[in-house]
Amino acid sequence: MNALPLILTVFVACTVEAVEALTIVLATGITREWRSTFQGMAAALVALAVITAAVGPAISYLPLTGLRLVVGALLAIFGLQWLRKAVLRATGYKALHDEASAYLREVAAAEAATKEAKRGVSDWYSFTLAFKGVLLEGLEVVFIVITFGTNQQNVGAAVIGAAAAIVVVTLTGIAVRAPLTKVPENWMKFAVGVMLTSFGTFWGAEGAGVAWPGNDAALLVLVPVVALVAAAYIFWLRSRKTAAGAPAKQSEVVA
Amino acid sequence: MKYLKSFGAFWYDFIVGDDWHVAALVVGGLAITAVLTHVAHVNAWWLLPLVAFAALGWSLHRVTASRRQ
Repeated sequence: MNALPLILTVFVACTVEAVEALTIVLATGITREWRSTFQGMAAALVALAVITAAVGPAISYLPLTGLRLVVGALLAIFGLQWLRKAVLRATGYKALHDEASAYLREVAAAEAATKEAKRGVSDWYSFTLAFKGVLLEGLEVVFIVITFGTNQQNVGAAVIGAAAAIVVVTLTGIAVRAPLTKVPENWMKFAVGVMLTSFGTFWGAEGAGVAWPGNDAALLVLVPVVALVAAAYIFWLRSRKTAAGAPAKQSEVVA
Repeated sequence: MKYLKSFGAFWYDFIVGDDWHVAALVVGGLAITAVLTHVAHVNAWWLLPLVAFAALGWSLHRVTASRRQ
């Protein structure tokens, strides 16, 4: 398969994760202290490197059929959760993930926390917040890179997509020094949900022993079909809500 | 013990997410696909996409129906 769809899929997925990590880092660094924030970020990046170095080569030794079954199941589950959230947000059943309000929440929490020096770090709160934020979002990036890269037997292309996303988001963050509110995050998540679900379904079924009609070309049909079905669910929920005259519930706390 | 619990909760949330039914249906769909393929010798490539669409629809119906009440 051409490496471009793989690079683009990983790029979009990792952009979403990088934007969320950037929001946490900016809120912590600007409000509290950059030094401890960077220490937290660096510690998270080291932890991610260790996890990748441990898990990556181990996965490449697994038989491809078993790997596709397990990874396909995980990706399909992951993708369906992303699609579910994107559909709920698109129909107003869940509040849109607003980076500006997420940033304000982080700033308010950072301002309220007391400063405490610990284990050679001058501000432990900044350190732990940056560490957790970068580690959690980074784990998703690592998961996507390893699963897509090993299944397509092209880890290099997946790394290029992820690295490009991180560089673009970091440079944009440095340039604007503000959360990236203009990113159409929900539609990007919708697109990533479609790709994860499609690839997960494809690889999972292949791992279970099926032969797809047209082999890899089946993905060219599967991806638009998944997108159409998800879009149909948006249409269904919107029309059902309109028919019921129920007001949108916007109060749900967005994780 | 507390550390183990929070470690488990993190991975559960990371992989399974908000609705465990979706994960259970995907795993069940894969199991049935494997049985159909290897035991009944049916090339059931169509089954998992159908299960995925049904799981998403059912999950969306459950969460939105409960909000409408």
